[in-house]
Amino acid sequence: MIKTAFDYTGEISWCPGCGDYKILDSLKMALSELGLDPAEVVVASGIGQAAKMPHYLKCHCVNGLHGRSLPLAAGIKASNRSLTVIAVGGDGDMYGEGGNHFMHAIRRNPDITNIVCNNMIYGLTKGQGSPTTSIGMKTSTQPFGVTSKPLNPLLLALSCGATFVARASAADAEKTKDIIVKAIKHKGYALVDIFQPCVSFNKVNTWQWLSKSTKWLDEDRDASDKLEAMRLSMETDPYPLGIIYRSETEKTFEENQAPYEAGDDTPLYARTPALENIRKLLA
Amino acid sequence: MDRIHSPQSEVTISFCAAAGLGLQTAEDLARQMLSKAGYYVFSAREYMSRVRGGNNSTQIRVSTKPVRAYVDRIDWLFALSPELHPNITENITEDTKILGDASAMEKEISSLGRKMIDLDLAKRASDLGSPKFSSMIVAGFIAGIFTLGEDSADQLIEKRFKDEDLSAKNKTAFRVGHKLGKEYVAGKPVVEVPVQSDREEIFLDGNSAVALGAASAGCNYITAYPMSPGTGVFSYFAKNAKLLGSVVEQVEDEISAINMVVGAAYAGARSMTTTSGGGFVLMCEGLSLAGITETPVVVHLAQRPGPATGLATRTEQADLELALYAGHGEFPRALYAPVNVESAFRMAARAFNTAHKYQVQSIILTDQYLLDSGYDIKRPDPSSVPGPIHPIKTGKDYKRYAFPKKGEYVSPFGVPGYGEGFVSFDSHEHTEDAHITEDRSLRKAMVEKRLKKLEALTAEAVPPIVIGPEKYDTAVICWGSVFEPVKEAMEMLGCKDAALIACEQVYPLSEEFRKIISSPCRKIFVEGNATGQFSRVVRSLTGTGADETILKYNGFQFTVEELAGELDKLLNVRS
Repeated sequence: MIKTAFDYTGEISWCPGCGDYKILDSLKMALSELGLDPAEVVVASGIGQAAKMPHYLKCHCVNGLHGRSLPLAAGIKASNRSLTVIAVGGDGDMYGEGGNHFMHAIRRNPDITNIVCNNMIYGLTKGQGSPTTSIGMKTSTQPFGVTSKPLNPLLLALSCGATFVARASAADAEKTKDIIVKAIKHKGYALVDIFQPCVSFNKVNTWQWLSKSTKWLDEDRDASDKLEAMRLSMETDPYPLGIIYRSETEKTFEENQAPYEAGDDTPLYARTPALENIRKLLA
Repeated sequence: MDRIHSPQSEVTISFCAAAGLGLQTAEDLARQMLSKAGYYVFSAREYMSRVRGGNNSTQIRVSTKPVRAYVDRIDWLFALSPELHPNITENITEDTKILGDASAMEKEISSLGRKMIDLDLAKRASDLGSPKFSSMIVAGFIAGIFTLGEDSADQLIEKRFKDEDLSAKNKTAFRVGHKLGKEYVAGKPVVEVPVQSDREEIFLDGNSAVALGAASAGCNYITAYPMSPGTGVFSYFAKNAKLLGSVVEQVEDEISAINMVVGAAYAGARSMTTTSGGGFVLMCEGLSLAGITETPVVVHLAQRPGPATGLATRTEQADLELALYAGHGEFPRALYAPVNVESAFRMAARAFNTAHKYQVQSIILTDQYLLDSGYDIKRPDPSSVPGPIHPIKTGKDYKRYAFPKKGEYVSPFGVPGYGEGFVSFDSHEHTEDAHITEDRSLRKAMVEKRLKKLEALTAEAVPPIVIGPEKYDTAVICWGSVFEPVKEAMEMLGCKDAALIACEQVYPLSEEFRKIISSPCRKIFVEGNATGQFSRVVRSLTGTGADETILKYNGFQFTVEELAGELDKLLNVRS
């Protein structure tokens, strides 16, 4: 692992061998490769093991409530467009507790990157089924096996109108880094769902499973066909990895907002009340 | 029933019609042209929770003197749809002139033992080309009985109907009504125009006042999930987003609404979210997040009757204790309760100033009655409220939650991207630089750091409005929108030994209010709820509460006459 301006030197409380370490490496490498100044980067999260990630980076760390990182991140980005804003969390955080925000953040299309560390299990609360746990997996709260169907985040994102949808793997930090770079560069909402093992609680989706059950798509493929993207997002065993879909033409949430419409990017903190216009409204 | 103004100086007009009949146009027009002509006008609206049909009403008081409260009395009733509600029929007297279409209403009116004046609106409107012109004929009729010019609404009509043909037809309809009205009063106005007619005043309702007060304080980020009666403030921002320079976002739920404004405020926006009780409950978790992260946010809580869906479009003051205790854990907050339209402007601005000065959460408690009623007020000056507090430029060693210097209450407020420092934010208990900690002494110190702000919030709490003699035996205590009806009722009774004490801030309590509470006078609390919530809160904070209460919780505001009756029972003024 190369040294980056984003390196944190304190203690990390993840289990040894956790996939989150690899994702953290990919993220730091991506931020570094993009030449971003840590003082211009905000990483926002909710609650969960993956949601601890902002604390393990040198940048603005925002650690909010379980499931709520997307509205938080959209609020930050629309208040200061010069910031690079990344929302990170796990499958329970983003797809369970934050499921409603996930759908509507996509529709809103804020210019943020959404990294989901998808280990298909609840880690922080010690091993319960998550929205992406496969049917039949036995957990502490589903001792006879999970009966609900796993959610397909890629297909859901596509159907909500996501402008960038990708799946990566903690088993390949370099390729995952490349995808995160593209996601951050993308104008608008970008989903990067990253498969990762949970070494403590998920005995099914292991490092071995990851290498056996996934395949990388051709990097140079044209990812602009939405129907093809939907078909790919439904493929299993092997699960395709890479950029599934990308569209660069849509307006972002911020671009649609009144303060920025005239091309003025002044952050909201530096603005003063529109007293003259208020007087007009009181005329 | 008594009235404070003579019939020569004031009349009350009520409009009753099904939703969707376009009557709002007539009401707005009548209010605007009478206000322009120099009369003082007060209007209040009550409506059913439906888009079409039902029977809604608007009350307009027209006077030569300032009027600003809801009354029972009806002098002129425009009864345009059948099935009038008891709040109307119970207040029809021998003096009430009932107008409308005999074809639609005569049976109902005569069953009340009254006669009606047939305006034959449906036919007249159809003769003009559409039944929709009925409301314009009514507006014209009102202009007629006040003997305003037949062109008195022309400009307003042109502004409302951009289409030239439609505008011309509406003017014709207005003139038809005008002629009828003027003939009806035989050219003598029902109330003479007050002498000074070039007043520097503007008609403002509660919704606009909250929105403009917030905007004057610099609000530039607002979110909401639509919910009556909290939506009006949001719609005002949406309509004027460009003028106000504000981000305006209708979100997927109230959880998103509060988290988004917390994120925005963290990044330096001056943000607010607006909702009603049911939505506010969903915001409790986010409010708690703002509490531990010391993020300045403002929540506008427009009260309506609960529990649950309650009465969706009605009024009540029953969310005080909810607002006071909302959110898990312990953190300071400020609760404002505007008492009227001027107060709504000032308190909305004040809520922002407090939130940002002390990095706390301000909650503005209004209600449907306050938001949907309005009157002529002295034009508020947007530069009269404190301007926004801008963030500091951070240095390399910036710590978001640094322990304040002696004598100060807050850590310097930095934002990401302004300065070299890292500005972090953590929902866990945290260190000074916003990282997770379980250190016991640090936890204790952080709790105390946050709660210490309550000292400053108390010192700066808005003192109550006190109206009455210097020495009084009885304090009539109220908060929020009940103020104007209580004030007029007490004026009407001519209470000599009682003072009115009205709180624009209900938490923390000001020193001035605590002094009144600890004095030996008799205390009567007047509240729009069933259990006397403010009295209970005051008792829990001071040891003393109400000796007696006057409470209303049927979904409607107190009327002046009703309150005068209730107060007289306790005070025996009329003897």
